[in-house]
Amino acid sequence: MGKLTGFMEYDRKTAPEQSCEERIQHWDSFHPAQSEEEIREQAARCMNCGVPFCHAGVVWRGVRSGCSIGNLIPEWNHLVYKGHFEEAYRRLEKTNPLHEFTSRVCPALCEGACTAGLNGDPIAIREIERFLSDLAWEKGWVTPHPPKRRNGKSVAVIGSGPSGLTSAYELNRRGFSVTVFERSEEPGGLLMFGIPNMKLPKEIVRRRIELFRQEGIEFVCGQDVGKDLPVSELDRFDAVLLCGGAGQPRDLSVTGRNLPGVGFAVPFLANATRRVVAGKTDEKPLAGRKVVVIGGGDTGNDCVATSIRMGANAVIQLEIMPPSPKTRASNNPWPRWPFVLKTDYGQQEAIWMYGSDPRTFETTAVSIIGNDTNGVTGIETAKVEWVTTERGRAPRQIESTRKREAATDVLIAMGFIGAETYLPEALGVSPDRNSYATSRPGVFAAGDMRTGQSLVVRASADAKCAVAEVVEYLSE
Amino acid sequence: MRQDELQFNESTTFRQTETQNHAKSAPPKAKQPSKRARSMEKATLWRPEFEHDACGIGLMAHVNGVRSHEIVRDALKILERLAHRGGTGADPDTGDGAGILVQIPDRFLRKKTDYQLPREGQYAVGMFFLPTEQTEREAAEASVEAIVEEEKFSLIGWRSVPTNLHACGAGAWVSAPSVRQMLITWKKTDLPADVRLLVLRKRIEKAMKEQGRKVYIPSLSANTIVYKGMMQAWQVSDFYPDLLDEDFISAIALVHSRYSTNTFPNWDRAQPFRFAAHNGEINTLKGCEHAVLAASSAMDGGRLAKRFADILPILDEDGSDSTKFDNLLEFLVTSGRSLPQALFMMMPGPWSKDLTMDDNQREFYRYAACLTTPWDGPAAMCFTDGRQVGAVLDRNGLRPARWVLTSSDILVLASESGVVDLPPAEVVRRGKLGPNQMLLLDTKDGTLLEDRQIKDQYLNGPWKQWLPQQIVKVEEPPYIRRSKPDSVHPEPTQRLFGWTYEDRMLTVLPIAQTGVDPVGAMGYDAPIAALSEKPQPLFHYFKQLFAQVTNPPIDAVQEECVTGMDVFLGPNGDPTLDKPDNCRKIHLASPILHTASLEKLLSGIPGFGAAELHMVFDPEKGLEAGLDDLFAAAEQALKDGNSILVLTDRLADAEHVPIPSLLATAGVHHHLIRKGLRGLCSIVVDSYEPREVHHVACLIGYGAKAVYLRGVYETVEALADEGYLESVSLDAAMLNVLHGYDHGVLKIMSKMGISCVDGYHSAQIFEALGLSQELVDRFFTGTVTRVGGMSLSDLERETLRRHKDAVEALDGELPSGGRFQYKRDGEEHLYNPQTIHLLQTAVRTGDYELFKEFVRLIEGDKPVTLRNLLGFQHCDPIPIEEVEPVEKLVRRFKTGAMSYGSISQEAHECLALAMNKLGGKSNSGEGGEAVERLFTDRNSAIKQIASGRFGVTGPYLASAKEIQIKMAQGAKPGEGGHLPGRKVYPWIARTRHSTAGVGLISPPPHHDIYSIEDLAQLIYDLKNANPDARINVKLVSEAGVGTIAAGVAKGGADVILISGYDGGSGASPRTSLQHAGLPWELGLAETHQTLVANGLRGRVRVETDGKLMTGRDIAIAALLGAEEFGFATLPLVAMGCVMMRVCNLDTCPVGVATQNPALRCRFAGKPEHVINLMRFLAQNLRENMAELGFRTLDQMVGMAGHLAQVKQSPKTDGMDLSGLIPGDQPLPWRDLKPHKDDHNRLFHDMVRSLVEQGDAVVQRPICNTERAVATRVSAFISREYGSLPDGRVRFRFQGTAGQSFGAFATAGIELTIEGDANDYLGKGLCGARIIVKAPKDAGWSDKDNLLAGNVALFGATGGELYLAGRAGERFCVRNSGAIAVCEGVGDHGCEYMTGGTAVILGSVGRNFASGMSGGIAYVLDDGNFRRMVNKNMVALYELDALDLVLLYRYLTNHVNYTGSKIAAKILEKWPSTHAQFVKVLPHDYKEMLEALDTAEREGFEGEEKLERAFQLKTGIGQ
Repeated sequence: MGKLTGFMEYDRKTAPEQSCEERIQHWDSFHPAQSEEEIREQAARCMNCGVPFCHAGVVWRGVRSGCSIGNLIPEWNHLVYKGHFEEAYRRLEKTNPLHEFTSRVCPALCEGACTAGLNGDPIAIREIERFLSDLAWEKGWVTPHPPKRRNGKSVAVIGSGPSGLTSAYELNRRGFSVTVFERSEEPGGLLMFGIPNMKLPKEIVRRRIELFRQEGIEFVCGQDVGKDLPVSELDRFDAVLLCGGAGQPRDLSVTGRNLPGVGFAVPFLANATRRVVAGKTDEKPLAGRKVVVIGGGDTGNDCVATSIRMGANAVIQLEIMPPSPKTRASNNPWPRWPFVLKTDYGQQEAIWMYGSDPRTFETTAVSIIGNDTNGVTGIETAKVEWVTTERGRAPRQIESTRKREAATDVLIAMGFIGAETYLPEALGVSPDRNSYATSRPGVFAAGDMRTGQSLVVRASADAKCAVAEVVEYLSE
Repeated sequence: MRQDELQFNESTTFRQTETQNHAKSAPPKAKQPSKRARSMEKATLWRPEFEHDACGIGLMAHVNGVRSHEIVRDALKILERLAHRGGTGADPDTGDGAGILVQIPDRFLRKKTDYQLPREGQYAVGMFFLPTEQTEREAAEASVEAIVEEEKFSLIGWRSVPTNLHACGAGAWVSAPSVRQMLITWKKTDLPADVRLLVLRKRIEKAMKEQGRKVYIPSLSANTIVYKGMMQAWQVSDFYPDLLDEDFISAIALVHSRYSTNTFPNWDRAQPFRFAAHNGEINTLKGCEHAVLAASSAMDGGRLAKRFADILPILDEDGSDSTKFDNLLEFLVTSGRSLPQALFMMMPGPWSKDLTMDDNQREFYRYAACLTTPWDGPAAMCFTDGRQVGAVLDRNGLRPARWVLTSSDILVLASESGVVDLPPAEVVRRGKLGPNQMLLLDTKDGTLLEDRQIKDQYLNGPWKQWLPQQIVKVEEPPYIRRSKPDSVHPEPTQRLFGWTYEDRMLTVLPIAQTGVDPVGAMGYDAPIAALSEKPQPLFHYFKQLFAQVTNPPIDAVQEECVTGMDVFLGPNGDPTLDKPDNCRKIHLASPILHTASLEKLLSGIPGFGAAELHMVFDPEKGLEAGLDDLFAAAEQALKDGNSILVLTDRLADAEHVPIPSLLATAGVHHHLIRKGLRGLCSIVVDSYEPREVHHVACLIGYGAKAVYLRGVYETVEALADEGYLESVSLDAAMLNVLHGYDHGVLKIMSKMGISCVDGYHSAQIFEALGLSQELVDRFFTGTVTRVGGMSLSDLERETLRRHKDAVEALDGELPSGGRFQYKRDGEEHLYNPQTIHLLQTAVRTGDYELFKEFVRLIEGDKPVTLRNLLGFQHCDPIPIEEVEPVEKLVRRFKTGAMSYGSISQEAHECLALAMNKLGGKSNSGEGGEAVERLFTDRNSAIKQIASGRFGVTGPYLASAKEIQIKMAQGAKPGEGGHLPGRKVYPWIARTRHSTAGVGLISPPPHHDIYSIEDLAQLIYDLKNANPDARINVKLVSEAGVGTIAAGVAKGGADVILISGYDGGSGASPRTSLQHAGLPWELGLAETHQTLVANGLRGRVRVETDGKLMTGRDIAIAALLGAEEFGFATLPLVAMGCVMMRVCNLDTCPVGVATQNPALRCRFAGKPEHVINLMRFLAQNLRENMAELGFRTLDQMVGMAGHLAQVKQSPKTDGMDLSGLIPGDQPLPWRDLKPHKDDHNRLFHDMVRSLVEQGDAVVQRPICNTERAVATRVSAFISREYGSLPDGRVRFRFQGTAGQSFGAFATAGIELTIEGDANDYLGKGLCGARIIVKAPKDAGWSDKDNLLAGNVALFGATGGELYLAGRAGERFCVRNSGAIAVCEGVGDHGCEYMTGGTAVILGSVGRNFASGMSGGIAYVLDDGNFRRMVNKNMVALYELDALDLVLLYRYLTNHVNYTGSKIAAKILEKWPSTHAQFVKVLPHDYKEMLEALDTAEREGFEGEEKLERAFQLKTGIGQ
């Protein structure tokens, strides 16, 4: 239970990150692990609640609170405090096969629901997870566990992002022969090409894929099922699990949208990662350029940080929503996910670089200015106000606030509207939010493809549930 | 003679007329009870075996056997004087039973009959209860006569015993038998008459039963005769005019007055029986029965040998515990054992751990342990065979027995002193019985023997030589590691047996580290085993039963000296024939076997063959086949001459499925009983499965003598290898394990008041919850199961599923478990993240819709509680507007008893403010209440009285609207508590009237309630202490609680609370949270049904609590019979509790359950939150009422016909709740006592004038029937004046004061008794002075100067007692402030004392100062004292200068008030005498005193000094 009075004795502490000055010089991780001593003290703060909200993962009015995959947080916190790291790791691994990813990129839903956060600062759960994960890899506790015997049934998993990987792992350990199809040149999905290297170093992704290969999972890359590969190829599998993600970005419909220099965030980030992977980290392709990122979410933030590293002269970010309050609003009590203003790493770097927060809130793009030869030259923005209409709250431009700013590149990071449709159409199914099975027997869907854009941890959790259904289907 | 005959005829006619009249004219109503009793047995939850009784007993005898009518007359007077100890049912004239046993009144019989009677002693008289209907009676008599003939007796004739039906109440009347005496004589044969008479009676009884005749034989003897019946104590001689006849003479008379928990007519259960009269209860009954049954197949029979088969079965199956005790006593005595030997064999002393016992006794008891199971439980037995007469107490001495001997050679012994008026000058000796002590009079020899002499004379024997030769002691080294370090990987095996991570880390690890069963907080809110979707260990379908009201739990820690965990293995000895073989046994010091001992057993000890029987089955063949194989193997092993059966599951693996060890154990046990083979062997269990203390208790309770915890040992080895034991070595951890489980079992036993594991063995003190009747009948025969459930095939399915899960496990990690902590993959919990958050949001925002959402979640699809299987039927919906308003309903709501101390001041006051505003009631809990709060809007309307009596003072009681006596608590029924010193903050100490920083122990029993008549006494005391308050008795649901409730109603309670097992707690062993007690649904339904059937429901209100969370829960509770409702966890959650379950750790992060100021300031609850909650609940209840169609709650109470079972468990379709819902039993006409005491204005005026007059002295005689004297006066004074100057009002009494003299008496009152006092003298004393001294003309010597009964000054908070004589057991128990001087005390003196001073100028009994955490005792050391002290918590010191000043003052006072010769003598030679005094000072208290000194030296004063000292002592806040 950690230390009984730990929550009163110790303050929350997370790892001191590299300074902005230092970290924008490279593409590597800038968030170091904490020392064993620090981590044990942080774990000592855990109260081992009778009702651990952190681990519950329940939904409040559509928003999840607590860990989606039910990590046994109080158990491993206690073990870490007591110094039983290997057992702590085993308890972590029991629920979470992708801990090295979640401990780096998860927004830590658990911490939002942590009881210590009711009257103070939550336990630094993600840091503890990160410590355990790093230590486990370092100590060689993470080893392949191929199934004792194969059950003779095969499953095709389409997509190798968080849900695809989780599905493959869970099916494989139950004795199914799993083949994962990935359209990119290498597996990992968003883990590989969506999340920038400084947040999630790519050797970590490759390491996991390699381990899964050793466990017997087969990866087929560069094959876009439904495009490159006919779906009839899937007929040889006993079941098919679609884990293709929610790859369809929300588009911007303003004049100038099709000008050169206007693009979606994900391909931008993917290409940046490809450069990093190829070792081209010294290039500054955005040198002298002025980048506008439309969208204030995590992806937008990644674009900001990536642009800075690519040498951009200026980066601004448009956010249509008003800023969140600094502390929980009264209608957003613990243990719900706290909607509070967060200044993420990219924004911190921008502040350091350019002297001010790149974000302008309650602002929308009105049009993109430029021409086909020179590409983008500027952007017209306007403030919005949020009004209540019969269809709910909606933004309304305030005409008087229109202004123009110079710009050379516009990145659209406005979220995703759902899965790409070519594969489901080819299979003649449509993923359903309410069920893992599709209309076609033996074809299932999981992760963002089914639920829409989400988090790594949710996609992974969703995959586990889907696997349970696949297993049940195949054992009938 | 003619005259006699005429009388005889007259009375016969009279009797017949009465019967006829009655048959014609008695209202049909009066007949109902018997019909009801019969029908209830089938349809409802009540069972006859639930019945309990307790009583007053007494005896009178002439030392030299001189017979007189006076003895009979005075003995009957004793009965009258003990009437307040008897019970009265709904009909005040119907008693629970009373009777008298005397020598055969030869002269009287010769006068009353014209038969030619042989010489005295040459004929026998059989007292018969026969059917009243003439032809039936004649037929019965004819068939009796036939057996008489067969047995070569000759019938002299029958005599109709005149009876006067007007003397007893209607209830008794309708079931009154025809009473007839059969006079027979015999020709000499080679068998003695008493043997032949026993055979005759047994044969008649068997024949009558076979023929279906209702015949009962109270006595059939040549020496004694019993007159008894279902009547009040004072009705006996009216009913039996025989007893009034001057020629009805006897030298011996034994009397008994019964207080039964219900009033179903039962003439047979009245006492005395043939040899004994019993006051108390046998807790180990089932185990004793099994033992007798098992042993009898191999007995010789002694004097009975030739006719042995005819007297079987030895025990009367339908009899009460007392009947069966009498049966065995009669058997042992008739077979040839002396009365004292037989009694001590059945009620042995604590030979195992009492270091003060001499060897002669110890060896006999050890021998007895080889032969019989102790009949354990509170007991005072009066016994006689017609020549010898005496009385004996059980080892705990929990029933009182006082005796006097007069100068005219009359011996009087009774439950109380002063039951016969004797001039003090005529009394030459007097005394009391202490624990395990006997008094024996031989009327032929004219010798009166006291305990020591009896034991020296009767307990001597050859066994002393036999024992060391025969007993094989297995004393192997406690632990030797057999496995190699780091080679143990237990997870796969653990999984096979269903272990969880929780089991390993939260159960086994703490026991290995600390040796203590771990403690948890808050109640159990996960599904009962039968409703859980997870496979459950079979143990979890069994709930521990516990003692409440009718018998006390015992304190296995503070009174460990009376306990025993010794186990003897081997075939049964023969109690009817003393021979060396009898003690051919293997002795184990504990039922928890360690590795080397098991190996030794298996390796074969010469003479004890051990066979291994495998508890595994082949999944292909199935569980049933596996069990059959096991039983066959057991029989074969016995045929092969083995006497130890080791049931083992070590072969379990992927192919071999383990049979649940409890099923195998109980199965073999009952199988062998059925086959008559059980006596040949002992069962030892070697299993991987048991891991909780409860599991081990189950195994022992169902037949295992010893248990080898294979899984636990392996787990601990692995934990050691992995470094989890931290600073504890593996060897030490294994000792902790042995001790932890051993002591844990002892604690479970002690909850039922059982002291030795021998008595617990196969006693089956469990109720099954969720097992089918068929399964129970087959494998757990005799266990109560009331709602059906799992069949054998359900169990098989569950076992196979567990096995499959284990074999197919994906990783090496155990599942979390999640019984006491919400886990996603664990058990369901009513309190989970969603429900907690919804509820808090609802009450904070006042949003009823959110509350409804909460309700929907709670009432989700998955059943958690029994009520979730129920639904409404026969609904006749009405508009909700017609239902009584929220404002009215909330007045029925109460918050649970949570002490100030367990929760913070902020939380405690928040609840009180909210409930007072609503007109509901909050409950103070046990722990007093700050004086500033009394009579304000922060006053708790309910004041609780629990076993610790913390802060129970006159004003505390006076400020209550309701006083609740907590007999048990759902989370830990039968257990006490311990508040460590570091939690006794200065402000907590103040309200508890104790010392800051000094730990407080709450004993398991109330030391003034060992029995139901004691509860009635406490109720009486409290009614005097606050005549306006309702008295509420809190019980916990278990089989038989309805019957207990009936007894409580008869005891005068106004409200009876039935708590569910799942109620919350600030700290309780986890095993108790889950496994002790039953859901309220069962207890409540049983209570309502039983009260209705007894005609008692109208006298009391019934309340329930235990995880009531929604309007539907309340509605179901109402339909099952409740009219008031308690909530505890729910309002806590409303105030901010997030179910941390750390209440015991003082680290509550929301400031609810903590005293830490840094956390208390986080408390964010508001009275409005609680008010919103209560209103929401009421509104939700109204919706349910509207749906059902009830306008008022009163209309709804008991209308169980509106409920139907609508769901089944997810894993069995055998749940059957029909017993809960037999049909509508609406509230009868209410006969609730008024709660305003308006009729005492004159009394108050008189007290006022006394007080105002000053110096007033009231002087008058007193006798034992006057109880709680001065309590009422005191209550008035403390309300009217607060307190008075010293000695303002004085009372002087001459004679013997009744119980509870001076209870709760306040300052300004002085009470003097010239004479003596009974039990509970000065109970709860809070300021008054009590003086007790012997009369000037007393005829007895100083050594016999016993002037007070047991438990004097219990829970006193202030005042003084000067007792110029000795006191009984448990003097100054839990005293926290009174100063007491006396001249000797019995056992357990100053137990649990937390403050005040005791000065003792004479010898003290065993276990002095046990559990004493505070206060000081000065004891005059008689040279023996040091042996008697329990030094666990105290040390002995020389007196320092300050001590001497104080002591001198107390002694001077003592001389001034009482004229004590002893004290005067000490003072005379003062400087030389004080060196003989020893100071007893608790460690805790000493440290605190020193800290206070330091604080003072540091310059602190007053409150600050106290806080500083607390800081210094505990280190808290530094």
